[in-house]
Amino acid sequence: MTSIFSLPQVSKRAIKVWRRNLDVFLKTWKVNFFPPFIEALLYLTAIGLGIGTYVGVIDGIPYVMYIAPAILAISVMNSAFFECTYGSYVRMYYQKSFDAIIATPLSIEDVIAGELLWGATRSVISVTIMLPVLVAFGVISLPFSLLAIPLAFLAGLMFAGLAMCFTAITPSIDTLNYPSFLFITPMMLFSGTFFPLSVLPLVIQYIALAIFPLTHLVALMRMATLPSAGPLLALNLIWILAATVIFCVISINLMRRRLIV
Amino acid sequence: MPGIIEADDLTKTYSDTAAVSHVRFSVKKGEIFGFLGPNGAGKTTTMRMIACVSPRTSGTLAVFGMDPDTNPAEIKQRIGVVPQESNLDPDFTCAGNLRTYARYFDIPAAEAEKRTENLLAFVALTEKRDVSIDKLSGGMKRRLILARALINNPDLLILDEPTIGLDPQARHLIWERLRLLQAQGNTIVLTTHYLDEAARLCDRLVIMDNGTFLVEGKPADLVRDQVGSEIVEMDNTPDVVACLTEMGIPYETIGDQVQVATGASRELAKTLLDRCKTSRVSTRPATLEDVFLKLTGRNLRE
Repeated sequence: MTSIFSLPQVSKRAIKVWRRNLDVFLKTWKVNFFPPFIEALLYLTAIGLGIGTYVGVIDGIPYVMYIAPAILAISVMNSAFFECTYGSYVRMYYQKSFDAIIATPLSIEDVIAGELLWGATRSVISVTIMLPVLVAFGVISLPFSLLAIPLAFLAGLMFAGLAMCFTAITPSIDTLNYPSFLFITPMMLFSGTFFPLSVLPLVIQYIALAIFPLTHLVALMRMATLPSAGPLLALNLIWILAATVIFCVISINLMRRRLIV
Repeated sequence: MPGIIEADDLTKTYSDTAAVSHVRFSVKKGEIFGFLGPNGAGKTTTMRMIACVSPRTSGTLAVFGMDPDTNPAEIKQRIGVVPQESNLDPDFTCAGNLRTYARYFDIPAAEAEKRTENLLAFVALTEKRDVSIDKLSGGMKRRLILARALINNPDLLILDEPTIGLDPQARHLIWERLRLLQAQGNTIVLTTHYLDEAARLCDRLVIMDNGTFLVEGKPADLVRDQVGSEIVEMDNTPDVVACLTEMGIPYETIGDQVQVATGASRELAKTLLDRCKTSRVSTRPATLEDVFLKLTGRNLRE
């Protein structure tokens, strides 16, 4: 029995799984391109301009510019997380696509790696669609904000790996609601997204820094869009890099354990 | 010459139950080899080990002379699999399924396009090329899965109940295609619950139960050796049973019938009509089904 921390053997055939998902995505691209666009508009108007009128400035930054990077970060999280939970679960369990693919030269490691890459790609697509909206509103600055795109890929991979861990152990599609509501939703609110962590009790600040991946992503996104280097840049970046490797490795091993019997 | 598949002492254990237990077999190039047995006998598990998707617990297994544990990709490049359950990709059309599958085998796009058209014609689905999977009937899905399994021109085809739930027309089409593939030099391994199908298609077969092989051989030889060439059937009445017992003829009762296996049915039928008080005696050739039921019993399986 291999450990869940052992390094999985992934071949470049993983790209074929990524390509399969891209083909399906592009078939319905009109439907798929719309949500991130609308999401950016809605958040900016309702929270940025609406609530922003009362808030004014946070840390010397106009409120709408304060939340702009958070909108990107949340979108990175949601795109990859929901793709690799519900999306991957449907492909694995209902469509039996993974079974069909591992009958070809691809291994289960290749399949899961392809799914993770696709999850990260969904994050990149979302951010890429949102960026022009934010630029049009004048709430992010160029060219540093373009760093949001590679950052979306890296953090997208992290959230994809995290999501795939849940997918690998969930008994049914319904129980995927638990990580969504107990982890993703709180994280969306308490990661320095719409208000600074510093207004919360110290213990919650430490929890957010320790176990909420989004905290680190929001911080990095904000550094890119303002642009201004934050105090924890190195910590944020190392945390995300480490978490990405750990989540992806564990998720592939857990999936192998679930599917190869 | 070693076979396409060589298995020795092959065993697969799930937690503490043995799904396949110390089996040995060899499948030669160009033959159709069948795995028969009741549900839970270990047929599908054996197929999954050959297809490199389920690692064996112990024993040796070689496919094309390679070990599924160490060279799965090389082996899988040369096999085609028809699974028991449909796992066609519902996000694509018929042609899209074949093209996408071709990519997994590194088949260049132009070549994949050509093979897709040829295979759709081969399974009589050309008209459905741009139809989505959920619009297909069960028989069409089965045929498309066969086409998909052939996209890489496999040397070995692994079919898990290829004609399950099909109407007679579709079954005959599949049989005919499998014969054609065999004539082209393909080796085929299949499982089936349809014993007429096994008798018709298989050059050799094994009957499995509880993870082990009960018999192995050519269908006709198995019938002759295990049951005899013919079966005489009579109504199950006390008179008939008493009469058979008195004459010392071994028989089997199945519901309202009494069966006697024999090599000389005409003579036996005549004797029975003369000496037993029976209104009806019928004779028929023995089949693989008689062998199957004799060896695996008549109790219902899970």
